[in-house]
Amino acid sequence: MIAVELRKLVLSRRTWVTILLIDALPTLVGILLAVTDIGPRPGTGPAFLSAVLTDGTLFPLAALGIVLPLFLPIAVAVTAGEAIAGEAQQGTLRYLLVRPVGRTRLLVAKLVSVMVFVVLTVLVVAATAYVLGALLLGSESVSTGATSVSGTGLSTQEMVLRTLLALAYAMLCMLGVAAIALFLSTVVRAPLSAALGTMGVLVASTLLLTLDAAHVLQPYLPTRYWLAFVDLFRDPILWRDVERGVLLQAAYVVVFLGAAWANFMTKDVTD
Amino acid sequence: MIRTAGLTKHFGRITAVEDVGLDVREGDIYGFLGANGSGKTTTVRMLLGLVLATSGTIELLGRPMPASGRDVLPLVGAMVEGPASYPQLSGRTNLALLDASGPGGDRATRAGRIDDALGQVGLDGVDKRPVRAYSLGMRQRLGLAAALLRRPRLLVLDEPTNGLDPQGIREIRQLLVDLNRDGTTVFLSSHLLAEIEQMCTRVGVLDRGRLVLQDQLEHLQRPTGRTVIRTPDVGAARALLDGHVEQEEGETIWVRADDPLALNAALVGADVRVLELAPERRTLEDVVLEAAEQSGDRR
Repeated sequence: MIAVELRKLVLSRRTWVTILLIDALPTLVGILLAVTDIGPRPGTGPAFLSAVLTDGTLFPLAALGIVLPLFLPIAVAVTAGEAIAGEAQQGTLRYLLVRPVGRTRLLVAKLVSVMVFVVLTVLVVAATAYVLGALLLGSESVSTGATSVSGTGLSTQEMVLRTLLALAYAMLCMLGVAAIALFLSTVVRAPLSAALGTMGVLVASTLLLTLDAAHVLQPYLPTRYWLAFVDLFRDPILWRDVERGVLLQAAYVVVFLGAAWANFMTKDVTD
Repeated sequence: MIRTAGLTKHFGRITAVEDVGLDVREGDIYGFLGANGSGKTTTVRMLLGLVLATSGTIELLGRPMPASGRDVLPLVGAMVEGPASYPQLSGRTNLALLDASGPGGDRATRAGRIDDALGQVGLDGVDKRPVRAYSLGMRQRLGLAAALLRRPRLLVLDEPTNGLDPQGIREIRQLLVDLNRDGTTVFLSSHLLAEIEQMCTRVGVLDRGRLVLQDQLEHLQRPTGRTVIRTPDVGAARALLDGHVEQEEGETIWVRADDPLALNAALVGADVRVLELAPERRTLEDVVLEAAEQSGDRR
């Protein structure tokens, strides 16, 4: 079933259009930076962007920093929100279940397909940004290795390791989003409602983070530690927020996937 | 093949299906009749494990449902409430994906089975067009092909001729009769009496969620004991059969008589010209309406 879901993902034109659109923003940013040579002042703007003008190899990281907080979660909310509700609306859900595809198996396949979509997007964005960075942006510190956010030097090997850690962390955050959207997708009839509901949760969470009065809630909000991946590039690595983020996202994943499973197993499929 | 006992489904406070005991036997073409909203589709969905019954038991091919769905459903072909497919993909790709998603769809024979199924439903000429570009009738045929893909022992079809032209309806009817002759049991749900009457061997009638009738079709259509006669000489016939004529309408009269053969001989002997003479049989429509009426009276 997983293989079938992946084929559907790859065969769908929308998958590629979405990835292209997501990829367009960092590409535009890269071109603007290269043409105007005006970077954000250090410490402002998206992570790593200020360093990009001097070191183009950092641009993939900067591009992910641009995409991760907003574009990717929206894409995940839409894709995962579509998972069950989309099949139901199309009428294909009943034929899958009668085929028979076990309900648990279907949920797992859908989740895997969403995560593959995330990986695919991240790879495309990183690859485009790498090419763009190498061709258009600064290439000063290529030989001496990258610089950490704290200002000390990092070897290329260290940098690769930390980038992979950061990607893994970002995936976990997106898995949290996917779990919420998948749960909503088993509840509502229209895929759009599931996607909008998920985005609603994320927007509310982001808003509450800026509100001092919501202080007690903040450690439990899904987006609270999303940007903690930047801490992985400090020297030494600042683990505190990353650890909390991992625990929090794991909790969200377990709770919402559990709820999605429980709801879907006992659901009357009447679409 | 299908056996349910006390099958009941509540949606909130609404009772959609109540105490239904279906009995579909191997080799049947079973017609499942009922008005729109009578609970047909809910029953079909419960048989296939899509809707979970509130109470009661279901057996499909002798195994409990939905518990044994994984073993039983590969042997069942189904079409529920119209066909559905991924509109951006071709019919062939749709069938291949569906076949690959569950158990019992051998990969080695897949392409051949898809060709066979498309041929059976008259879609052999289908090209690479996406299903989006299909007509309603083509989609219906594709849905049937999906149900036939693994040569099922039991076909559960909900309104299979929906959206087909008269020619197409006849082709599909012939296909189902042929499949049945080769050993496939067919469970056909429909609100079209004529369709059921033309091919079914057994009939079940659902009315407001209750099974009000279940019997062999030929038993339901037994003679009424009256004979229908068409004759231009109505007056002479009436005089001859005095007292036995129960109804008269233009050139047609209904006569209470035990033996149509003797009746015919008597008429001809008396020089009454007979255009048509046949024992009256109850139509399925009469039977169904009567059954529904009785169940209505009971409440």
